[in-house]
Amino acid sequence: MKALDRKLLRDLRLLWSQGLTIALVVASGIGGFITSLSAVDSLDLARERFYAEAHFADVFATVKRAPNALVETLREVPGVADVQVTIEQVVRIGLPGVSDPILGQLIGVDRRQLPRMNQVSVSRGRALDNAALSSGARSDGRIEALVSAGFANSRGVKPGDIFTALINGKQRTLLIAGVALSPEYIFAGLGGSPDQRSFGVFWIDRDTLAAAYDMQGAFNRVSVKLAPGASQPDVMARMSRLLARYGAGEAYGREDQTSHAMLDAEIKEQQVLGTVLPSIFLGVAAFLLNVVVSRLVSTQREQIAALKALGYPNRSIGAHYLKLVLVIVILGLVLGIWLGDWLGGAFTRLYADFFYFPTFEHYLAPWLLLVGTGLTLATAVIGTISAINATVRLAPAEAMRPPAPGHFRRTLLERLGVRGVKPALQMILRNMERRPLRTGLSIAGVAAAVAIVVMGNFIRDAIDHIVDTQFTLAMRSDVILWMSEPIGNEARLEVARMPGVIAVEATRIVPVRFVNGPVSERGLIQGYAENPELRRIVDIQGRVVPLPDGGLVMTDRLASKLGLRVGDTVRTEVLEGRRETLQLTLAATAQEMMGLNAYMERRALNRLMREGDVASQYSVALQRGSEAAFLAASQDLPRVAGTFSKANLLRNMQEVSARNVRLMSTILTLFASVIAVGVVYNNARIALSERTWELASLRVLGFTRAEVSVLLLGELALSIAIALPLGMLMGWGLVHLVAELLKSDQFQFPVVILPRTYAWAALCVVAAGIASALVVRRRIDRLDMVAALKTRE
Amino acid sequence: MTTAQQPGTPVLRIRSLSKTYGSGETAVFALRDVDLEVRSGEFMVLLGASGSGKSTLLNILGGLDRPTTGEVAFLDHRLTDASDDELTRYRREHVGFVFQFYNLIPSLTVRENVALVTDIASNPMGVDEALALVALTPRQDHFPSQLSGGEQQRVAIARAIVKRPQLLLCDEPTGALDYATGKLVLEVIARINQELGTTAIVITHNAAIAGMADRVIRLADGRIASIEVPPRRLTPAELSW
Repeated sequence: MKALDRKLLRDLRLLWSQGLTIALVVASGIGGFITSLSAVDSLDLARERFYAEAHFADVFATVKRAPNALVETLREVPGVADVQVTIEQVVRIGLPGVSDPILGQLIGVDRRQLPRMNQVSVSRGRALDNAALSSGARSDGRIEALVSAGFANSRGVKPGDIFTALINGKQRTLLIAGVALSPEYIFAGLGGSPDQRSFGVFWIDRDTLAAAYDMQGAFNRVSVKLAPGASQPDVMARMSRLLARYGAGEAYGREDQTSHAMLDAEIKEQQVLGTVLPSIFLGVAAFLLNVVVSRLVSTQREQIAALKALGYPNRSIGAHYLKLVLVIVILGLVLGIWLGDWLGGAFTRLYADFFYFPTFEHYLAPWLLLVGTGLTLATAVIGTISAINATVRLAPAEAMRPPAPGHFRRTLLERLGVRGVKPALQMILRNMERRPLRTGLSIAGVAAAVAIVVMGNFIRDAIDHIVDTQFTLAMRSDVILWMSEPIGNEARLEVARMPGVIAVEATRIVPVRFVNGPVSERGLIQGYAENPELRRIVDIQGRVVPLPDGGLVMTDRLASKLGLRVGDTVRTEVLEGRRETLQLTLAATAQEMMGLNAYMERRALNRLMREGDVASQYSVALQRGSEAAFLAASQDLPRVAGTFSKANLLRNMQEVSARNVRLMSTILTLFASVIAVGVVYNNARIALSERTWELASLRVLGFTRAEVSVLLLGELALSIAIALPLGMLMGWGLVHLVAELLKSDQFQFPVVILPRTYAWAALCVVAAGIASALVVRRRIDRLDMVAALKTRE
Repeated sequence: MTTAQQPGTPVLRIRSLSKTYGSGETAVFALRDVDLEVRSGEFMVLLGASGSGKSTLLNILGGLDRPTTGEVAFLDHRLTDASDDELTRYRREHVGFVFQFYNLIPSLTVRENVALVTDIASNPMGVDEALALVALTPRQDHFPSQLSGGEQQRVAIARAIVKRPQLLLCDEPTGALDYATGKLVLEVIARINQELGTTAIVITHNAAIAGMADRVIRLADGRIASIEVPPRRLTPAELSW
């Protein structure tokens, strides 16, 4: 081993604790990067593979009822490679001993002709029994079904289990033959929520389903595979035209398919978090490397001069220090890759509870390792280039002389006329002001730690806020019943007489297409009561948006997507009933968190529809404790297509989201603590090394250990004190940035940060600061006073 | 205890003092069996070559180090078995140090360097008074980097005496200074010794300084080689080297 490399090893041994803390910051950054992006990669890969294997369709449409003969016409649409039709129905599912309302999506499987698209694979149990083929149903009247894996797992359903389903007003029995996976239902939660216990997909014999709904020779659902190079918008437009007269037919692509869109949203979220947060970590690591290596070079200036005097070229000396940095960052890189691989695997397993694939494994792509390595090396070089350049610039003769004493001046406060500051505080302030860049970056580093903890815990606040807005302010009813078709006022009276009902409010839902010049958007107009009590429009700030007389209220994102301003008229094509085209005025917009919604007053909407006083849904407020009785009684209402219980959804959501939020906040809090310790500890060590002589002199003059510690650690305490409010502000900004980056058509994250989150962030960083300070304090206690008398720094 | 002692009464008593660094074959004897008494108001110069043990002795007298065997007492306080906290209190209340390299706090002005000590001392003189004693009043708002070496050493002396110490320990106070400046600093030390009655112990390589002492202790190889009492104390102006 060369002598210079031996020096490298010994320098590293002296710097081990600082090197380790920096390596941990690098590891957190690279770990976060690899965790997020490898999880996303794995998700994307599993999805692509599943889509390919199961021949997932490209375009979808739902109609009311169209003849099978239409298939041939659809096939002839240019760009269409294949067409597959089936029947689907949403029904109420009953489970023995369970009063929770459960919705079932029944999907007909054609067993004469194997599906060519959206193929279902059986993960447990067996496929549907072909013996029942001729009769459609089994001899005992039970209908064999495959059930979606998400529902089966969350409800503990196994082959052989029995459900009831209210199929077209008749209670039928479903016998589970197997558990199945479908590319259409990789994610299958109730209405896009993580509640998988209230929504199940059931694949049954198509003929049986057709018979039950009088749909023989007809379909209500179509899937299309595009030919290579086909234009999806053109195909969708032509399909929509062909399907128009069969009721509410409007084609949409994968991007609007719920399961696909949920996966996209998750991928986007992880991509944002996996790039924004690691950038902060690597920035902090570069700063720490800069501080530590600059200090090392300055304490070793005489050695560097000696090496130069001995004939070592600048290149070797620069490389020597670069190698030292590389050892630290490569340790961080290796730790980061290991951590990222491990956490990525954990994330993937967590995903497996939401996203169901036939094969889903954590996959660490080589490109991620390459990019991670590149980022790490770039961090090392950016962080230390100035310090290493300083070794090159150092003239041997100059370096042999001790450095000139530090130049200080009065602080800004004093120049502004503040007097009477104690010398100890003066020392602290002047030291901080003397190196404004370093002080600023240290404060920024600690502030970044605060910001990351805020970010990690904000998610909990946001979810609380979403739940509060959606379920306390907007949806104030306990249960919503929705009808199989718009229904007259007598149903409302019937519901009002049911057990425990305090109030009932009717809602009319009309599927429409808004058209403004070349832009159009499918949607629903929700007709609310004039002065709604049970269902209200609430904006992201939690304010109730009143319904104007006539005219539309739209989610701001929908209005801007359509290029509409308040007062504009929008052409509204009704996609059901007489399919009339209306001209509606946009009366107001509401900044809502979720969805692209449009609202009107229900009676005004009904007048426009010319269908009388009808409703599609009933929101019901119940007396405390009467929900179970109400739900049981609602089972007997034949025209109720589905029931939704708020308490039930919240309970089911809570289970999954609480775990995920806890995990996320724990990981980010730990990572942030690494930054806080890294910054505080390294700064303290550097400050100690720069001021050992000064502090030892003070000890000789009779200053106690505690007094000397205050001088050094006071600077850290002050930095942290400044960093806390700054970090809270940065956290607020970071949350805004991430919320903005995550913003989509369908969803806007509310930026809500509760005081508890700020408090927790401050607490974590102060704890990390105290821990670092205690370690450094031990070194202050061991200051060599005798050396201070004899040597000059 | 902070009241001035009668001139001539012993303030430091040293009995059979030895200091060994390391053990076994590698043991180094820094001091061997030293007996000495330092009297109140005395100006004592410790002379000796490098490694003679004079710094070790000063460190022990200043409460920075402990002897291996023997006894050291300051008035009625035994320093030999004092705890770290007791030694800190001893330095804080009774000892003023002047270092070869001044050891000023670069981030504090002249005035603040002195005030640093008055903030922790129990019966200090005023900062102005201390600065006047070393003739630095006009420079009081300067930072150390704006001062010459001699001025920095005078600040160090002001900082050492502002607490009214009974003992002023000076470790090569002129070591880093030129001839003229060195003399100026010695004058200040002599004046403090005479005007305030502070016992002063000065370590030096420079034998010429011995002329201004009441007693000159020569150390060699860790032992007291000789104790001389000059016939007349010279003023620093009379010294030359």
